[in-house]
Amino acid sequence: MKRNITKNEFNLFFNLLNIHYDIFAPVRKKGQGAFSDTDIIYYEKVVTFDEIEWAEKSTYSPKDIVFPVSQTIINFIEDRLFIPNMKSSKPIYILMRPCDINGIKRIDEIFLNNGPSEDFYYKRIREKISFALIECIDGFENCFCVSMNANKNSDWDFAISLDKYRPFISIEIKNAKIENIFHSMVTDASNIAAPEVANKNFEICFPEKNLKKVMLPNINEMPASIYSDSEFWDEYKNRCIACGRCNTTCVTCSCFSTNDIRYDDSQNVGERQRVWASCHISKFSMMAGGHEMRKDNASRMRFKTFHKIYDYKKRFGEEKGHMCVGCGRCDDNCPEYISFSMIINKLSARISADINEGKK
Amino acid sequence: MINQTYDANNIFIPVPHKIMDIITETEIDKTYRLNLNVAGLPSYGQFYEVSLPKIGEAPISVSDFEKDWIDLTIRKIGTLTNCIHSLKIGDVLYLRGPYGNFFPVDSFAGKHLVIAAGGCGLAPVRSVINYFYRNLEKLAKFELLMGFKTINDLLFKYDIDRWEKKFKSIITLDHGCDLWADRPVGLITDYVGQVDFSDKENICVIIVGPPVMIKFTADKFVAAGIKKENIIVSMERRMSCGVGKCGHCKIDSTYICCDGPVFTYERAERFID
Repeated sequence: MKRNITKNEFNLFFNLLNIHYDIFAPVRKKGQGAFSDTDIIYYEKVVTFDEIEWAEKSTYSPKDIVFPVSQTIINFIEDRLFIPNMKSSKPIYILMRPCDINGIKRIDEIFLNNGPSEDFYYKRIREKISFALIECIDGFENCFCVSMNANKNSDWDFAISLDKYRPFISIEIKNAKIENIFHSMVTDASNIAAPEVANKNFEICFPEKNLKKVMLPNINEMPASIYSDSEFWDEYKNRCIACGRCNTTCVTCSCFSTNDIRYDDSQNVGERQRVWASCHISKFSMMAGGHEMRKDNASRMRFKTFHKIYDYKKRFGEEKGHMCVGCGRCDDNCPEYISFSMIINKLSARISADINEGKK
Repeated sequence: MINQTYDANNIFIPVPHKIMDIITETEIDKTYRLNLNVAGLPSYGQFYEVSLPKIGEAPISVSDFEKDWIDLTIRKIGTLTNCIHSLKIGDVLYLRGPYGNFFPVDSFAGKHLVIAAGGCGLAPVRSVINYFYRNLEKLAKFELLMGFKTINDLLFKYDIDRWEKKFKSIITLDHGCDLWADRPVGLITDYVGQVDFSDKENICVIIVGPPVMIKFTADKFVAAGIKKENIIVSMERRMSCGVGKCGHCKIDSTYICCDGPVFTYERAERFID
């Protein structure tokens, strides 16, 4: 079903939707950005149209809805264990741009399909989540979703476009339940779009080209020489300050650590937490006793790069795509202006040069 | 005690296991024998995620097992293991697992098996050694190389005494002492040459120890004509979940926790962290 609606209709529709679902969407927080006079945009529960940041990409990805920054996995009271209930039992809709929907599907692979069994905590919230699409046509400054083949997606139940017949909002609904909710709206004629506008046809569009373009290394086996090429990676040894911002803003970074804590000196009450971990930050690869596998920022950058554009696809298969979806948040947020898309291009150029020179 | 029924699909629930016995191996290593009542029986070389509520969790390899108990040899090296070292018989350790792949003991039938273990690397292969101690007839030949830093770092002395009587066992210390007079001193690599290489095609080698020891020992065996696919190593990495989710143990497209910790050297030598 496709319809062009007024803001009033949208809000009525969202009111009804909110009875059944928690709806998460990007929300702008004025003046709360990392730098002076900048805003931050992150995902929050929303009820009305005006709460939602429609125009800009969110600073943080929506992944924390399904994989929270910090999460209690077990509560301990004396020698008893309790598994915390979920905060809300409502099913969830997340309004996302296509790259982020694809990003969530990338981390599904890790939590649901990697290893001997599914991740209980991820699965129980993921099962409640459905996708809604925010139409994205031009992308933003650092986006390269088209190169990563993550610019399109059809796994959404409804999609919203603001660009078809302004000031009307175009909505396409593919899910019967949501369509029923939409049709259950009761409005008076003054609030709705005139039929000739409401029924005008439109197509939900996707980005077809980005300002940034990356060339992916087109090889089946990464040459061993590139791993140890200090000339290539040393650029990031001092440039990267290991703040981990690229990991925390990335929609597909899904690493975590498990920590136990005690609430008081009696040691009787505490919890086991799962918290986001960053492969750029020291101790990520450190074992008990202090031996660390990747000590410098250069090798950590190399590790992340290969994970995002080589290892993941190698493990999970061609049809799953690369882990990186090209959302560009790592580039948006790096305080040292390190560009990940440039690293990918530099890597591909170096590999092509090697192939041309006949090196292995 | 667990006070409620948990979702059976929640693999992160640790299960309490009673400590039946504690053996002090060295100043910093103790072996804990646990009554295996709930967790599944391990295979040779697998590990458990071992925890104490409110303290922490760590992957620990099984240093031996029978049908109703497992041994965990634990070095006092961090917050969790310090606390574990203060436990007494009758206390409990919390386990989840067993996890990881294992040494293919059945595939060694009829082979000449050589095991080279450095330091606490002996723990994950001790169950393999004891298996062949009990079933020596399954092998064409069995040789054991063990290296420790000093005489005070010797692990499983009571087992080593038995092993030495039944098959060739070379124990070398990095630093000798008066009590070790006339016994092998030096790195384990110095004693690879004493292995009987007369039937090279039939030899299988297991190497476990610190990364540097694995590399140099494997290189010696390769130089002696052993194929890399016939050398098996067990690796250690930082792990948080043990089940392929947390990402800490990942090397290239490999997750050590679920694809390993046991690999052929042919594969392991190409790992770049």
